[in-house]
Amino acid sequence: MKKTLYELISENKRKTFLFLIIFSIILFLIGFVIAYLFEWGMTGIILIAVILIIYNIITYYNSDKIALMSVGARLAKEEEFQVLHNVVEEVSIAAGIPKPKVYVMYENQPNAFATGRNPQNASICVTTGLLQMMNRSELQGVVAHEMSHIKNYDILLMTVIGIVVGLIVLLRDILLRGMWFGAGRRDRDRSNSSAILMIIGLILAIISPILVALIRAAISRQREYLADADGAYVVRNPYGLASALEKIGGYSKPMKVASDATAHLFISSPFIGQKYFSTHPPIEDRIKRLKSLAF
Amino acid sequence: MVGWIILIVVIVVALWFVGTYNMFVTLRNRVKNAWAQIDVQLKRRYDLIPNLVETVKGYAKHEREVFEKVTELRTKAMSASGPKEVGEANNMLTGALKTLFAVAEAYPELKANENFLKLQEELTNTENKIAFSRQFYNDIVMRYNMAQEKIPAALVARVMGLTPSEYYPVPEEERGNVKVSF
Repeated sequence: MKKTLYELISENKRKTFLFLIIFSIILFLIGFVIAYLFEWGMTGIILIAVILIIYNIITYYNSDKIALMSVGARLAKEEEFQVLHNVVEEVSIAAGIPKPKVYVMYENQPNAFATGRNPQNASICVTTGLLQMMNRSELQGVVAHEMSHIKNYDILLMTVIGIVVGLIVLLRDILLRGMWFGAGRRDRDRSNSSAILMIIGLILAIISPILVALIRAAISRQREYLADADGAYVVRNPYGLASALEKIGGYSKPMKVASDATAHLFISSPFIGQKYFSTHPPIEDRIKRLKSLAF
Repeated sequence: MVGWIILIVVIVVALWFVGTYNMFVTLRNRVKNAWAQIDVQLKRRYDLIPNLVETVKGYAKHEREVFEKVTELRTKAMSASGPKEVGEANNMLTGALKTLFAVAEAYPELKANENFLKLQEELTNTENKIAFSRQFYNDIVMRYNMAQEKIPAALVARVMGLTPSEYYPVPEEERGNVKVSF
């Protein structure tokens, strides 16, 4: 058990590194084509490479802040969210890691996620809907699930993927929109290069979401089962989380700010009724597995 | 030649001794540190109890027995020494607190009192922290004690004059489940 956990942690770090490298190469190739088409020359290519390196560094150190900002999370005040702070502190003692920063999202759907690059720089975010709906032991179960994501370094990989997916979505939108802007021009050279840009945009539009969704689902689903089991073990009580998941599963409205880039971060999918490329295993299955645990 | 071999063996043994010695020092400090974590929580709990008793008294004057029991067990827990004794006294105190909160259930006004709710949350928080630090403490004590028993490290432990640390007792009803709710 202990050894596999360490293996899992180093695997998570390795995957994050690999993921960033592969996507940097893809982005560099796209940048290279653009620089070539617009005849930016060597300086342009070097500039793109430098921007990519800076982008990677920013992603690594700030992915948590970007993720938190993109869902509109706010730092939870200690006086206002006393119980939440208490529960997070308790569970962090149980998990043997420092207490993460605590954020809340003003959102009715009960949900939660964790982010950060390591246990020393981690944050836990829950929705106000979750706080209203759950009793103390259910909240403890949810926090324990998130805490185990932090402990196992799932947060780094998952957050970085979120940021990269976000960038691809942004790039795709820019290129596809650029195609509409470019359509009015008569210049032959221009329309030639914008045709190629359009093709890149289209390829990105078709291929990338599928690819990313597949990668994400593959790494995310197993992880959720593991975090459930590990979280239940940390607080020695699987019933809190099981009952919390039951309540979450019974809620039927989607989240306002849910997006493809952040969906996989949450404890339960922020979308409702999405079956294909789902980032999360079915909730009934998770509850069944949890209830079969005994400590 | 023989001289060299003896020298090498002596050096290896010395290195092993130093390594094992340091391992024990590290473990001993970890046990101490883990205990300190529990101690902090216990102190906070002792501080909260008089406040709680006062608040409940204001609404439920007739439950004298319960108040006396809690106060008495608190004093007993505070004067106890050593993990085993402290642990047992505190486990009894937990039982008495449960009775106190059960009694409070019968007074709707008390249950609506802001101060009472706050104290209840704080005590639950402390209680859970004690339970989780206990988990952590007992794990480390187990490693420390086991290291002392295993040969050949046991020899170093003997030389250092180490004795096994006491476990923090786990209350009977909580075996295997540390969830606490009043």
